[in-house]
Parts: sequence; structure tokens; C-alpha cells
Amino acid sequence: MALTGVLRPGHVQLRVLDMAAALQHYGKVLGLWETARDAQGRVYFKAWDEHDHHSVVLREAETAGMDFMGFKVDSPATLKKLAEDVKASGLATDMKWIEAGEMLKTGERFRFTVPTGHAIELFAEKEQVGNMMPLENPETCPENLKGMSPTRFDHCLLYGDDLDGTVKLFMDVLGFKLAEQVVAGPDRLQIAAFLTCSNKPHDVAFIRHPEKNKFHHASFILDNWGEVLKAADIITRHRVSLDIGPTRHGITRGETIYFFDPSGNRNEVFSGGYISYPDRPTLTWTDDELGRAIFYHDRKLNEAFLSVVT
Amino acid sequence: MERYEVHIENTREAYRCAADRTLLGGMEALARKGIPVGCRGGGCGVCKVRIESGSVRAEKMSREHVTVDEQAQGYVLACRAYPTSDVRLAAVDKLARCIERSHSRTGSAFLDAALAAAHRS
Repeated sequence: MALTGVLRPGHVQLRVLDMAAALQHYGKVLGLWETARDAQGRVYFKAWDEHDHHSVVLREAETAGMDFMGFKVDSPATLKKLAEDVKASGLATDMKWIEAGEMLKTGERFRFTVPTGHAIELFAEKEQVGNMMPLENPETCPENLKGMSPTRFDHCLLYGDDLDGTVKLFMDVLGFKLAEQVVAGPDRLQIAAFLTCSNKPHDVAFIRHPEKNKFHHASFILDNWGEVLKAADIITRHRVSLDIGPTRHGITRGETIYFFDPSGNRNEVFSGGYISYPDRPTLTWTDDELGRAIFYHDRKLNEAFLSVVT
Repeated sequence: MERYEVHIENTREAYRCAADRTLLGGMEALARKGIPVGCRGGGCGVCKVRIESGSVRAEKMSREHVTVDEQAQGYVLACRAYPTSDVRLAAVDKLARCIERSHSRTGSAFLDAALAAAHRS
């Protein structure tokens, strides 16, 4: 197996102000499938083509934002090893093991806070519930898909202060690679890092920002540009708060649209992007071209897109 | 539907806002400026305003941005507040200040913040 260690983003837990409104948004508009509710009142969702039990967990709270993001690793042995490596790195704080089952259908998780202030966790096991099609002689998609119907939870973009520390932890300890970066100012200071643990252009990205532990968006992947356009129609049909799009990113080349859930957490659905093999050189963007880097057609720095976080 | 006059002190803009539209939604629908537009869901806090006179009905908003005490003092997120009388308000968030651009180092609030973060961490 060539893809080892940290495999992919496995789940994200988001805080919502109103669970009923959130269920309508994530279930009917985005089109995720509810798989469970737990004793804490959390609601679990998966995208249709994910086999694991869930990838999005919603928790009703007094604030919006992200509680934590979890990455799936290839085995329990890798989980143990990476936990030791994280401890030894001196880069993480608030480290703890969370027992299996605290999150439904999920094995034990190792949680730690990275230097940008985000709670990140690793886990190796989650019950597979399938994608509503047989594993032998399947169709191409199940019947009765709804809303935007992304195939999977793809990545998050997170904001925090100590970008250097977080990037070092993800690259040197967890084995991520830097697919793209943004540098700014006369010293070419890194202000954004797009990190991959697979062959996607990003599995998680971070932007330098004065406050710790801020959430910019959670992203879900669609099959093609036509589906991004259809997502835009769904956004208007349901009077969802639109941020920007449909358009294309220079960074990652994704075809994209951004919108907000009813609590103000930003979502993205996108398609496209390139294959990022481990030997692909890092792409660098400079702040004077940042408008084009982020929105390739508009070519203007979009302050609201860059500055609005939860 | 009852409609009320909303006056934004920062930009001296005024608009009529229906009682079933939020202060922010009413402004956006008429393409007026003055209150920064963010998530429109009570989560990000950029449309925070201080009600100088008049009254509003507010829905649930993130306590990270408007505490119970602040709400009692007249602070509210414009995306979560519906007018119940004529209203005079002032936008108070950092994005409202950056509309004026007078204190910007780079001309971009985003780049200012990113570079400031580097010097702090």
C-alpha cells in the first residue's frame, strides 16, 4: 500500500446555534445522510459515497465554529506510533486519549491541540456502513440522492496564529506535504499553507491570523463543474446565505462555491483540482497576486471571504 | 407588513426595512452600505452594531460576539435583529473600521491581520 500513515480527513465536529435549522441545511440542502444521534444530542452525518459511519458531527452550542477535526490513520499500530511522535515533538498541547465509543461507532481517538489552537484528533477505526450500494456489482450511485449530494467530506481551512508550529507538526510529525503556499511581505513570510496527506491538492489548510482556533470552512467534493452550478441553484432555491461563486480557485484549481450554514459556519462544495503526487513541487503564490490565487477569474482580493470566520 | 426607517450613523445611510427582514437583510436588499456583511447566520460577528435609538427583536446569535451584558447594552448582530421601531445604529466591528482603510498597513485588512499575527506568535 503506497498511501500509509494518515489517510484522510475522517470527521469534523461543528457547533451550531439551532439544531433544527442545521438539520435542514446539512440534510436537505447539502444532502448529507443522517446516520445517528447520540446521548449528548449530537447528530452524525455522512456523504453518500463514504463507507465510514460519519464524517460530520453537529453539536448545538452558544457559539458557532469547529470543535475538532479528525484524521483517519491506516491502523491501530500507526495510531499508537503517531500519538507517541506527537507527544515527543513538543509541538502539541492538551493531549489525551478518548475512549472508543465516546464518538459513536468510532474507535479510540488521540486528541491534541496544534499551535494554531485547533483540536485535532487521530483515529484508526470507524464502523463501515457502506454507500447504499452493494460491494459486488454496484451501480454508479444510489437512488434518491438529495440536495447537492457531495460524495465526501474533503478538507477544512482553519485560521490561527502560530502557522509555523502547526505546519511543522503536520509535515514533520504527521507526514503531510506542502502542496501550495502563500507568502507575503518583503520577507516572504508564509501566511497560508495547503497541506496534503494523500494525492489531493489539500486535506487541510491553514492561514495565519491573530486569533487562535478559528474556522474558515469545511469542504465537500462534487463530481464536476455542472454539479457546482446546480449547487448554486440549490443555494438560491433554499435562500441559503451565499458567500461567493460559482468560480474557480487559482490555488488548487478547484471549481467552487461558498455558502454559510444557518449558524454562520462556511461550507464549500467544489470539483476538480489536480493530482498531487509526493514528488510534485510546492507551488508558491505571492501577496501581490493573492486575488488571482484565491479567485482566479475575479482577480481581486476579497476581504469578506478572507476575513469572515467562526 | 410594517416598515421602519433604519439610519446607519457610520455612513449616514438610511433605508426602509420591513419588520420581517433583518437589519442586515434590509440593507443588502436595497444595496446600501455601512454594516459589514459576513455569514448572515449570527456566527461570525462582523455585522455587530450598537442600537443608538429605537428597538429590535433579536434571534439567537453567537455569545462569542455578543455577550448577555452587551445585548442588554444594545449591541446586536444585524443579521439576527428585526426592527420593531425606527432605528438608529452604529456598526462596531473591525471590518466596519477597515471600510475606512485609514489605519491599514497593506491596504488589506486580511494581510494586515496575517502579518500582525506573525509578529505576535
